[in-house]
Parts: sequence; structure tokens; C-alpha cells
Amino acid sequence: MNYILILISAVLVNNFVMARFLGLCPFIGVSTKYSSSLGMGLAVIFVMTMSGSATWFLDRFILIPLNLGFLKTIVFILVIATLVQLVEMIIKKSAPLLYDALGIYLPLISTNCAVLGVTLINIDAGYSLLENIVHSAGGGIGFTLALIILSTIRERLEYAPIPECFKGAPIAFISAGLVSLAFLGFSGLPVK
Amino acid sequence: MIKDLTRGIIKENPTFGLMLGLCPTLAVTTEAINGIGMGLATAFVLVFSNIFVSLLRNIIPKNVRIPAYIVIIATFVTITDLLLKAYVPALYKALGIFIPLIVVNCIILGRAEGFANKNPVLNSLLDAVGMGIGFTLSLTLLASIREVLGAGTLTFELLGMGKKFFLFGADSYIKPAVIMILPPGAFITIGILFALKNYFEKKAKTE
Repeated sequence: MNYILILISAVLVNNFVMARFLGLCPFIGVSTKYSSSLGMGLAVIFVMTMSGSATWFLDRFILIPLNLGFLKTIVFILVIATLVQLVEMIIKKSAPLLYDALGIYLPLISTNCAVLGVTLINIDAGYSLLENIVHSAGGGIGFTLALIILSTIRERLEYAPIPECFKGAPIAFISAGLVSLAFLGFSGLPVK
Repeated sequence: MIKDLTRGIIKENPTFGLMLGLCPTLAVTTEAINGIGMGLATAFVLVFSNIFVSLLRNIIPKNVRIPAYIVIIATFVTITDLLLKAYVPALYKALGIFIPLIVVNCIILGRAEGFANKNPVLNSLLDAVGMGIGFTLSLTLLASIREVLGAGTLTFELLGMGKKFFLFGADSYIKPAVIMILPPGAFITIGILFALKNYFEKKAKTE
């Protein structure tokens, strides 16, 4: 039950993009097409889950015993950057089809603040390993959900008669605001 | 050299010109003082990382430069984090996770890669100061608009210094729209500001 609550909280109530404002650069940058949003979203779910669990082990077995908690920002960002490179190489060798779909998005992810954000939130919340994995994956799923919603709206807006100065980023932000208003409705759920 | 300083303030303003560093821009701008605090914290990291990247620009091998820059940036972010925690706990609490996330703010890595690794120390320092001022100004602007419309106040108060302005009296019939300090307000405000910027840019071009 606890795991389901964590999942709902990460996907809907505390949606990473709409409520926590994490990962906005790729959110606005990639959301022009549905197909690329899906690719980016899947890559983010994958990397967030991997780095969420990797940093949990690091924190629990190296940083805490050595009393080096204050180094976590430096350590985590390096782990994420290395992990993304490693994942890219492994996928390229073992699953070329998957690489074709996700390849171009992977390098962008190291600077996605949702990934570093989820690792730091996990540590602050003091999750166990399984809770940690559920929360990280949930964060990624929430990011993908928001990205797909916005991209489908933006595909339609392409043919809409929008005032010249609102075209592109401005209308994307205003649409995101309205989607965020809808997500605000979930804050009524009895989930932390 | 003066151009290095002024470039970041208006023409290549990190938020409105280059559209970088959006996450903290939208997340912390619920009170004017948070906008100023976030802007200054980012500027601090930006200044020191630009100085060190510029100093080490002939020593760091080209192939490993990005990890090296990230280590430099993360070091100063950790210093900022500990300093704020010790001396300005209220601000530390308000900015929360967005202090460690300065590491992945694209402005800082962008200036290291795009400017500081090709230019002498003094130019890099001026560039960082300009970009820092530009970022702080746009955060403060966004935060002031949101706070005035959303809470009816304007906070420039920290550690008991400064002042908090109440714009409407308690019995005023104008009530603030709370939505502006909630997440949707952030998206809508910045969308309208971007549109205004496009409008004035186009107007200046046709004239």
C-alpha cells in the first residue's frame, strides 16, 4: 500500500514538472513533437530509476559510514554523468534498436535537473531501497506524462491562429500553466 | 571589456534572451526576496566557477573538460549550500532543493564552456558578474509580479532587515489571486513576459 501511495504522489500529486518545477528545459525544448516526447520520456524513466538506486547504495554504504554527507551533490552529479555515458555505451552495443529510439536523448539527460533532483529528494525522504526505486520510477513516469500531454497540445496549436508574439515558447508556457492548473486538482488527494 | 559586463544584463539576459535556467526561475519566485536570494546564490557560483575555469583553461585536457567543469561548479555549490545553511537558514529553507540543483543550471556550464575556457580571467569575471546581475534582475522581476498579484505583498525582508510592503489593506475590496503564487501562475506569468519581449523586439525591428 505504501508503495502505491509513493507512486501516486510522485506521478500526480507532486508531479516533477507541474508541481516541483524540475526538468523544465527539456520539457519546453523537446515537447514540440509527440514522438520525440515519448522517446525522451522513456529515456528519463530509465536513467532516473538507475541513478536513483545507484545513489542510494552510494549514500548508504559509502557516504553515511564515512560521514561525508555534505559531499553528496558532487558525488551524485558525477555518478549520474558517468552512468548516462555507461548506459549509452551498453545500449549501443546490446540493443541497437533501443539506441536508435533513445540514443540522441541520453546525453541531454545528464543536465536534466529532474534526475539530480530525484536522487536528492530520495535521500532527504530517507526511503528504503524499494521505496526509492518506486519513487524514482514514479518521478520519471510523471515527467513523461506531463511531456506527452504538453506535446499533444502543442501539435494542435501549430495550426491554431495564435497572435504572432505568442508563437513558440510563450504559448507553450501558458498551455503548461493550464495543464498545471489541472494537476493542481490532484493536491486534494489524501497523499503526502 | 565593458561589453563583457553589460552583455548579460539585457541583450543576452540568461532568462529572457537565452532561456536558460528555467527551473529555479519558476520554482522559487513566490516572494521577491527568494528571487533575489536565488539570483545572488547562482551569481556567486557563476563568478567563482568562471574564474577557476578561466585560470585552468590551459591545464585541463580537452577530452575531460566537461567533468572537470562539473567538479569545479559542484565544489562552489557545496560551499554556497553550507554557507546559506549556517547564516541564512530562512532563505535556505525557502530555496530548498534548488540550491544543490544550481549544479545543473545550464547558465553556469554554458558560460564555462562558451566563454570562460577561451578568455582571460578578468573578462570571464566581468562576464560572470553581468550574467549574474541579469539573472538576479529577471528573477526579482518575475517574483515581484507574482507576489504582488498572488499575495498582495512585496517582501524585501531577510534576517529582520529590510521591509515587507502590504499593498492592500485588510479591509480592501481587492483580494489577491492566490493562483499566481501557485505553480500555474509561474508558467502563465513567464509565458506572458516572453510574449511581451517578442512584441517589443518586433516593434523595435520594424521601426
